[in-house]
Amino acid sequence: MHAATDPLAIVDHEGKERPAGKIQPYWNPYLAGIGLGLVLLASFVIMGRGLGASGAFSSLVATGVNAINPAHARANSFYVDYLGDGTSNPLMDWLVFEVIGVFAGGFISGALAGRLKATTEKGPHISPRGRLGYAFFGGALMGIGAKLARGCTSGQALTGGAMLNLGSWTFMLAVFAGAYAMAYFVRRQWQ
Amino acid sequence: MSAPFYKFGLFGDNIGLVIAFVIGIGFGFFLERAGFGNARILAAQFYFTDLRVFKVMFTAIVTAMLGLFYLSWIGFMDLALVYATPTFLLPQVIGGLILGFGFVIGGYCPGTSAVSAATGRVDGMIYLVGLITGTFVFGEFFPLVERFYVATPMGRVTIPDILSLPYGLVVFLIALMAVGGFAGATWIEKTVAAKRGAVKP
Repeated sequence: MHAATDPLAIVDHEGKERPAGKIQPYWNPYLAGIGLGLVLLASFVIMGRGLGASGAFSSLVATGVNAINPAHARANSFYVDYLGDGTSNPLMDWLVFEVIGVFAGGFISGALAGRLKATTEKGPHISPRGRLGYAFFGGALMGIGAKLARGCTSGQALTGGAMLNLGSWTFMLAVFAGAYAMAYFVRRQWQ
Repeated sequence: MSAPFYKFGLFGDNIGLVIAFVIGIGFGFFLERAGFGNARILAAQFYFTDLRVFKVMFTAIVTAMLGLFYLSWIGFMDLALVYATPTFLLPQVIGGLILGFGFVIGGYCPGTSAVSAATGRVDGMIYLVGLITGTFVFGEFFPLVERFYVATPMGRVTIPDILSLPYGLVVFLIALMAVGGFAGATWIEKTVAAKRGAVKP
């Protein structure tokens, strides 16, 4: 005897039924890793550069500072690095466009897998407010660390890692060391 | 030699920006597929309950590393034309440690927070606000840390260079270590998850 059908169920192309909004499981990590590696390889072959993320936010910050106080921005070589000589718009930048793509790609994948959800990811023993405080503070540390290291997990670990860059591998070890050393102190947030 | 295409003048900067957007879509797509839009999955790496971060990251590194090696070996690609960030050992170690703290405290890195925010996660959005704030703070204090920022410069240097080993041998050894690492990671997950419980998406 067939069970009562869910009126909201979606029938896929094989005629199998699945409940509406059913969340698909994440991919096998090795499969996702190969996909990520091939995207990185394509970037090397086509552009002669790897992937990145934090640099796009530096361009954004430099543009913002320059809009508010151009003299202040021009006097700071960190901002100048991202602003260029002033002849071109610093937001017409390769990494800025790549990161806009990351937002789009993440959204597409999440939508196709039924994983779009307005929520706050956290462990069971912390309030959403508390978690957001940690998220802000962690993000700020990440911004400082990534600039000091000349790149983040994308630009240094993945890109420089695949190129066997000495600084990138040293950086990667430091990232894991730092995160494991800190994990105990913020366990309340996750466990 | 015909790659990198951009360096051989196959297209200009504007087409390059379109390519950047398309490559970014691929990057974001696979990050989300891996589960990296979810801070609990990412943080689980540092409590040994789910080692996806390690597995995905090193599979990606090994895939691209083998591809680069093979394409340069058959003479298709000139690796000297690929941009590599120069090594500044000390700031990269300190920066890496700070970034590691930020990773487990905030739950994301910059790329994964973009995916997290794009899929509706409020913690990912707030993390991005923090990231922009931190970048601004670094920018404002840059004149004070500039000397440290350029300390211990080593130029463009790779692991084969520093160990005086052939490029191909290092590629082989890293691939071998990764496979061993994957087996070890799976064993750790089974042992720890049995004790603490696995992460549920």
